[in-house]
Amino acid sequence: MTIIGLIQGLYIVAGIMFILSLAGLSKQTTARGGNIVGIIGMGLALLATVGYSIYQSAEFPDDRQPVWLTAVLIVAVLAIGAAVGTPIARRVEMTQMPELIAAFHSFVGLAAVLVGINSYIADHGGGAVHLVEVALGVLIGAYTFTGSVVAYLKLSAKMSSAPLVLPGRNALNIGAFVVFLALMFWLVAVGEENQTLGVVLVVAMTVIGFALGWHMVAAIGGGDMPVVVSMLNSYSGWAAAAAGFLLGNNLLLITGALVGSSGAILSYIMCRAMNRSFISVILGGFGSDGTAPAPGADGPEGEYTEITVDGAAEALATAKSVIITPGYGMAVAKAQYPVAELTQRLRARGITVRFGVHPVAGRLPGHMNVLLAEAKVPYDIVLEMDEINDDFAGTDVVLVIGANDTVNPAANDDPTSPIAGMPVLEVWNARQVIVFKRSMATGYAGVQNPLFFKENTDMLFGDAKTQVEAIVAALPVGQKV
Amino acid sequence: MTSVASAKPLEADKTAHPMTLGVPAETKKGERLVAASPKTVGQLVALGYEVIVQSGAGQQATFSDEDYADAGATIGDAKAAWGADVVTAVNPPGTAQLAKMRKGAVLISMMSAPSSPDYIADLAKRGVTGMALDAVPRISRAQSMDVLSTMSNVAGYRAVIEAAENFGGMFTGQVTAAGKTPPAQVFVIGAGVAGLSALGTATSLGAEVRAFDVRPEVGEQIESMGATFVQAEAAQQEVSADGYAKELSKEQEELTAAMYAEETAKADVVITTALVRGKAVRTISAEMVAGMKPGSVIVDLAAVGGGNCELTVPGERIVTDNGVIIVGYTDLTSRMPQHTSQLFGTNIVNVMKLMTPEKDGQAVVNLEDEVVRGMTVAHAGEVLWPPPPVKVSAGSDAPPAAPTTPAIDPAEKARLDAQAAAKKATRRMVTSAVAAVLVVLAVSFSPLSFVSYFTIFALAVVVGFYVISGVSHSLHTPLMAQTNAISGIILVGALLQLGSTNIAVLVMSFVAAAIASINIFGGFLVSYRMLGMFRKEA
Repeated sequence: MTIIGLIQGLYIVAGIMFILSLAGLSKQTTARGGNIVGIIGMGLALLATVGYSIYQSAEFPDDRQPVWLTAVLIVAVLAIGAAVGTPIARRVEMTQMPELIAAFHSFVGLAAVLVGINSYIADHGGGAVHLVEVALGVLIGAYTFTGSVVAYLKLSAKMSSAPLVLPGRNALNIGAFVVFLALMFWLVAVGEENQTLGVVLVVAMTVIGFALGWHMVAAIGGGDMPVVVSMLNSYSGWAAAAAGFLLGNNLLLITGALVGSSGAILSYIMCRAMNRSFISVILGGFGSDGTAPAPGADGPEGEYTEITVDGAAEALATAKSVIITPGYGMAVAKAQYPVAELTQRLRARGITVRFGVHPVAGRLPGHMNVLLAEAKVPYDIVLEMDEINDDFAGTDVVLVIGANDTVNPAANDDPTSPIAGMPVLEVWNARQVIVFKRSMATGYAGVQNPLFFKENTDMLFGDAKTQVEAIVAALPVGQKV
Repeated sequence: MTSVASAKPLEADKTAHPMTLGVPAETKKGERLVAASPKTVGQLVALGYEVIVQSGAGQQATFSDEDYADAGATIGDAKAAWGADVVTAVNPPGTAQLAKMRKGAVLISMMSAPSSPDYIADLAKRGVTGMALDAVPRISRAQSMDVLSTMSNVAGYRAVIEAAENFGGMFTGQVTAAGKTPPAQVFVIGAGVAGLSALGTATSLGAEVRAFDVRPEVGEQIESMGATFVQAEAAQQEVSADGYAKELSKEQEELTAAMYAEETAKADVVITTALVRGKAVRTISAEMVAGMKPGSVIVDLAAVGGGNCELTVPGERIVTDNGVIIVGYTDLTSRMPQHTSQLFGTNIVNVMKLMTPEKDGQAVVNLEDEVVRGMTVAHAGEVLWPPPPVKVSAGSDAPPAAPTTPAIDPAEKARLDAQAAAKKATRRMVTSAVAAVLVVLAVSFSPLSFVSYFTIFALAVVVGFYVISGVSHSLHTPLMAQTNAISGIILVGALLQLGSTNIAVLVMSFVAAAIASINIFGGFLVSYRMLGMFRKEA
């Protein structure tokens, strides 16, 4: 048994554990097991790598730093990771999950860029293939980095969520890519002869990647962010796979490809849910054909009716079946706990309560499910759009809590609407709809919502959390038989 | 254009009294329906109209004049009802009634516009604005005004009731001290509104229901109503063979016919609903009827269009030589006048809501609105039929609202499907072949070391694809956090570089390793936290 053989063996085991981990996460019942398996896999992979790195330093003292220094550095980075990562993960609010994941993606992207540049400087003798790998590796990594940073800024509202529309957008993107290809051929021509020029070229390609990532994600409107986060997830995988090619490391290859393709499939599932073209997402800049909708400029205006907290409580108490459709507004108001409380109280009265979750409710896929799970709403009453859409007709009361675009009838009725063709929750078929909203402002897509002006729709203005709490308090006492 | 001018209220002076809205008694022989119920009269009054109901209009539908008066209507004679500003009716009125109408008045009723151009021309000549309730565009917004859906729904329900009356047995299976009876076997052809309503009703009576529709996508709806979707064997056929659509179509037709023969022979009750734009599609031949059990019942909802069954006599109930009862009534909706009138009246209320944006009792014919435009067959002396095609938003799932017209000609539909499927399969095959060739070429020109890495890469991509495709929607976020943590594996790359003697490399790999490890610790912990929250109801 050689050290190398042992390490390769550990890598294979780790790779398989990652596969099992993702497979486990596909189902509720096995999800926690999947998470643990992933952690063990990562532990094995790191153990093997640390061992290998130290072994190399011991074996080739001329080419490497001394063993003690290597070891100290490794301990240092792991300590930094644990010291910074753990508290963030512990403290983050479930409502901020989208931003956090976007931010984490950017780390992978940046790390991939650095690994790529290092590989150009330090590894020699790979020939043209290696140089192409370097070029692609830094491009994907750089794209992932700035793309994720923009996604983070948009999601955390530190940057306007409106799509950035530069003139000749597509020409700019294609132009940048052509320049990248030219630089790549230049790099292959230069080879490893002229290190300085080579590094300049690699850095130039990185800059192109940065610009592309920034521009493409900035061009995407806020409403489409869930797909973008998922797409960046995929890119971060490809970046890791590219590093695998660079370093000839099987584990990086397997894991990167796994994450890359699973992220792509996830995005594809979401695109289908939003009726978007998958291709235009990969190419970026979808969701705006250069005609950003002027918020509220078109679309129906009209009179809406308001309802009081007592009125809403009364309506709920006399209903037989209730469906709650939560949206990002619930996350913002952190209303999931009172909503769960309300659900419990209504169910105790014998009222059927279910949740209808739109595939893109919130700012990343499954966002609502996580929040509701956090508030201990049983997951078997939380249904997907397709499962529940036909049931609205037989429902007495629908509570729309902080959702807007996902319940907009204009998607069905108005072919000129920016969200035309997107499947939506057809809440208006219910007997009564109560919309919790802070004001009459438009949703993330900047589209007016005709739902609010429907006859069977009542508006309940105010902070979703306070209002839901008030309804819980106002529910008439006494059990219904 | 007329549209701009006509966006004004019909009465030029806004200070005028609210418009009158007439509900005359139906004049068609045997018609028991009425265009308004006391409840919908109340809603029309709330819209600002002065409603005049002809005395006795609701008698057959069990609505008395007093009920209407209590709801706010004025009871008048035929002259008053027909002379109103807006007249609502179920059936198109005859010449004698039209003569009683004012010039400039609005007539809202069913009109069978496609087949009665002369009638529409007459309306235009009289200066009556004709709004055809059976020409409401089939878009979601207009569904609440769609009388065809309403009528189909009622007809489907009634078809089952008629069948139950004529069938000499119970619909539900019973086990009694005197032995047991099997549940009735019901076969429904066409799963549009009428078909779905029929199969839902039959299921709730306890029958075993099987249903067929040429559109495979409605299978889910059929099953959601508790019935079994009968797969056409033909559908299997069309995938395997491509290019020979023409010959196949004939074969498919035969297969479909064979399926009908088999199903009808088994069934106690057959309900057919295949009506395309007023024309019935022939689905059940005389031989198939001959093969059915004595005492079994066919209810032909398409009798009005000539009948789906070869032996149907429209308007009649007949018994064939082998004892099969064929019900071809064309007045099924009229046989339940109370609820049909209520639903029909609500459709009219919804039309009036659309036409009375100010709720001030002033009807506005806004031809800019595509629903209004679609319904308006005559206005201001001009014939406006047929309307321009409705713009349907791309890719929107039109609600399953095919009314009395559920089944398109089966053979034609199957042929088109086969063609499309074949084309798609061919295209996919060509794309895959090209991709495969490109990969082979690319790999064969690469160095050997690259090839072995590429092999691993390609296999891992496929594994990732399959591992994730079944993911439950609610787990998307934890899954993303987990894959994010796993992609922190880039740390491995950085760690390997972390012993380099080149200071620049050392520094950069240190930074890379540090941020990657933040990712690993943070990502796993976050997904662990999230997963801990999911719980199933105890």
